[in-house]
Amino acid sequence: MSLRATGAVAARVLTQLRRDPRTIALILGVPCVLETLLKEIFAGRSEVFQHTGAPLLGLFPFVTMFLVTSITMLRERTSGTLERLMTLPLGKLDLLAGYGAAFAVVAAVQSAVVSALTFGALGLDVQGSRPLVAALAVANAVLGTALGLFVSAFARSEFQAVQFLPATVFPQILLCGLFVPRGQMAGWLRWLSDALPLTYAYDALAHAAADDVDTRFAVDAGVVCGCIALALALGAATLRRRTD
Amino acid sequence: MNAVRIDRLQVVRGGNVVLQELTCDVARGSVTGLLGPSGSGKTTLMRAIVGVQRIAGGRVTVLDAPAGSKGLRGRVGYMTQAPSVYADLTVRENLRFFARVLGLPGNAVERAIEDVSLAEHSNRVVSRLSGGERARVSLAAALLGAPELLVLDEPTVGLDPLLRRDLWELFHDLARRGATLLVSSHVMDEADRCDALLLLREGRLLAHGTPSELLRRTGADRLDEAFLRLVEEESP
Repeated sequence: MSLRATGAVAARVLTQLRRDPRTIALILGVPCVLETLLKEIFAGRSEVFQHTGAPLLGLFPFVTMFLVTSITMLRERTSGTLERLMTLPLGKLDLLAGYGAAFAVVAAVQSAVVSALTFGALGLDVQGSRPLVAALAVANAVLGTALGLFVSAFARSEFQAVQFLPATVFPQILLCGLFVPRGQMAGWLRWLSDALPLTYAYDALAHAAADDVDTRFAVDAGVVCGCIALALALGAATLRRRTD
Repeated sequence: MNAVRIDRLQVVRGGNVVLQELTCDVARGSVTGLLGPSGSGKTTLMRAIVGVQRIAGGRVTVLDAPAGSKGLRGRVGYMTQAPSVYADLTVRENLRFFARVLGLPGNAVERAIEDVSLAEHSNRVVSRLSGGERARVSLAAALLGAPELLVLDEPTVGLDPLLRRDLWELFHDLARRGATLLVSSHVMDEADRCDALLLLREGRLLAHGTPSELLRRTGADRLDEAFLRLVEEESP
């Protein structure tokens, strides 16, 4: 690993994003609108917002970064810049870590903005530590980035890359325990849910928000970190210096 | 002394033989033209030399090391046929990024920008540039760090004659400074500007030599005529 190369990639990705103010506005604005909607549709049952507001805060960066990363990486593959990079003294992990670092920065800004709104104007009240919830949001963003990098290897076009979102992310959201507590799921669904990384990300967020930071939380956080490392390693394995 | 040695190179893609038992050399310090019609395997051969092409057999040696080996990264500059730069970054931002990956100081960027005469466009976003200008950004990225071997895939396509002349002067200038250049083209009138030529057709090497050798051997007075005679010789 080279810090110089990783830093170069991260700086370049951030510059590309800066050139695209509309995307930045969407990344920051959409979660704010959704959190506001969530509060308003459950205006009569504020406990629902209190219960789901904080975990959602952590799930938005996951979804956003998954999408942004898989498209950026696909463009890198199709434009020939990846081929050029493969002839340069740049390790595959440097490239992936650079992406991860850049999108972690974006996620930090995103979660700061959305947290400010949700904890402030929308009046979400959590017992747990707010910085911990925000930190988990950034970890989820990195998880989304890592999975997006991996999945982009299987997409040949932007159309396919976008379809990977409902294909790989939506089932995880349905099964993570947000909609139905995992305890109420049929056995095979719970087993499936056990095998999906977002389950642990959601669980960690729920525990952090409820100020229930116990060993279960430590296991969750460990699994999330492990999944990030695994997805990055798998992503690196899909990058080939030699192709057909 | 050869910068590139290719020994019975075989490339198969999707069941089709793209390069067939190809054997040739590129002399160090030369400007070698790789010519042939579209689909003759020029790009595949170049990709094999820079080490991004999966090969089915044979051996490619570049600067005395196996093509694509770690030690060669940064010593070989590669310009792909489609401009492989970031369309949403400026010229300078693109080059600064590649320079940082190569671990080069900032003045390397300015030098590359001047080499390809893009100084007045250096702060423009690449997507706003013309096709020819984009190609030159891509070329500038390949020139960064003065690589010992430059593999340039159709670097002068779509450029006006004046710029084409300037670039060929640059290529020879780089060769004088010690670099080896392999430049592909499907335009025969560029062949005259090369020290040596590799003529490729249907994945096979049709001829290899200096322009004057090829003219002498075929008795033609122009290189495109020589190419035609070589094709006819091979398949009467």
